Amino acid sequence: MTKQFLLDGQPVPFEDGQTILEAARKAGHYIPSLCWHQDFPPHGSCKLCIVKAAGRHVSACATPAKEGWEVESNTPEMNGERRGLLQMLFVEGNHFCPSCEKSGNCELQALGYEYEMLTPRFRHFFPERPVDASHPDMLLDFNRCIFCELCVRASRDVDGKSVFALTGRGIHKHLTVNAESGRLADTDFSKDDLAARICPVGVILPKGRGFAVPIGERTFDTETIRSKTLKEEES
Amino acid sequence: MSPTPVPARKLRVATTSLAGCFGCHMSFLDIDEHLFELVELVEFDRSPLTDIKDVGPCDIGLIEGGVCNAENVHVLREFRRNCKTLIALGACAVNGGLPAQRNHLPLSECLREVYQFRPGLENGQIPNDPELPLPLDKVRPIHEVVRVDYFLPGCPPSGPAIWKFLTDLIAGRTPRLANGLLHYD
Repeated sequence: MTKQFLLDGQPVPFEDGQTILEAARKAGHYIPSLCWHQDFPPHGSCKLCIVKAAGRHVSACATPAKEGWEVESNTPEMNGERRGLLQMLFVEGNHFCPSCEKSGNCELQALGYEYEMLTPRFRHFFPERPVDASHPDMLLDFNRCIFCELCVRASRDVDGKSVFALTGRGIHKHLTVNAESGRLADTDFSKDDLAARICPVGVILPKGRGFAVPIGERTFDTETIRSKTLKEEES
Repeated sequence: MSPTPVPARKLRVATTSLAGCFGCHMSFLDIDEHLFELVELVEFDRSPLTDIKDVGPCDIGLIEGGVCNAENVHVLREFRRNCKTLIALGACAVNGGLPAQRNHLPLSECLREVYQFRPGLENGQIPNDPELPLPLDKVRPIHEVVRVDYFLPGCPPSGPAIWKFLTDLIAGRTPRLANGLLHYD
C-alpha cells in the first residue's frame, strides 16, 4: 500500500524520499516556491513553500514527507505568512515593476498577485545596487535579486562555469560575478547558458528584447502562477 | 417600532497627487460612464476636479504619488487628519515608484546635475526661493509617513480596478482586487 500524508485534509500519496512539495505538486496541489527547481537539490532560502507539518513550520521543498502527517498549506495563516515573506523580499531590494522588463513574467510579482499583496507594508531599504551592462548579450540588474542562487547553481552545476556567487552576510548579502573586475563581460558567460534563463525575477535579462511582448499580454497577465505551475507539473 | 430611515448622504471624497504624474487621476477618469453613477454616490472635496485648495472633513481620501518634499508631507498629514479612510492610489503612493528611483543618488548630486551641470545651461544654480518646498533626501511611499487604510497598486491602476475598489468601499465591503485586476505595472 502506498504511503500518504494529509495536505489541508486531502490525502497525498508519496514515495520514500519524496519531499512534501514534490509529492503535493505531483498530486495536483499547489505549494508556491521561488528558489526551488526540479533539476536541483532543494535550497530552502525563499521560504515561500512554508507549511505547517505536524505543528511545525518547515520548508516543504526540503522536508521529506512522512506517513500520516497532517500538513497545512493553503490556509489563511500560512498564506498570510507567505504574504509577509513576499513583503520582506520587496522592501529588501528595489522592485520597481513599472520599469522592469520582466514584469508580467516575474515569479516574485506573480506570487504577489497570487497572495494578494497590496502593499510592501514594511519600510523600504532602497539599497544601492548598480547594474552591470558590460556583457554584449545580457544585462544584470542586481536591484531585483532575491538570493535564490538558481543562477549560481545552474552556472556551477550545469554550465560548468561558476560565473555567479553570493557574497556578504545579512543585509549586505549580494550577488557577485566571478571575475577579477567583477564585470560579466570578463567571464565566459553566454546567453545560451542555463544560468542565462533561470532567474525567476528580473536580474539576468537578455539585451535587445525589452518590451517586445507588451505589458498586459505576458505570462502572468493571462494566467496565475498557481495554474501555470500545476499545468507544467501535469505535462 | 421600525428604525428611522437614515437619509442617504453622499460620501465626501478628496483626491490629490503628491510626487506623482497625475496618471492615476487620468486612470480614475477612465471609469468613463461610471462617473455618472459615482457622482450620485459621492461629492468631491479637495481634488484637481474641483480646484478646492484645502482638504476638509472627508470620508475617503485618495493619494496619488509618493512623498518627495516637505509640502507633500504637509498635504499628506492634512489628508490623514481629515479623511476617515485613506487610500494609497498607484505604484508611487504604494512603494515610491518612479520618483524613488533617485533614492540611490545623493540629493545634492541630483540637484547639481539638473540645475548646474545640464548641457546648454549657463550660470545655472540650485533654486533656493523660500516658496519652494524643500526636497527630502529620499522619496518615501506614503505608508512610511502616515497610517494608510488601503492600498491600490498599479502604474496606473486600471479604470476597472479603481471602480471595483471604490464600489466595494462605498458598499461597505472590504475592497478586493480579484480576477486579474491586481497589477503592479
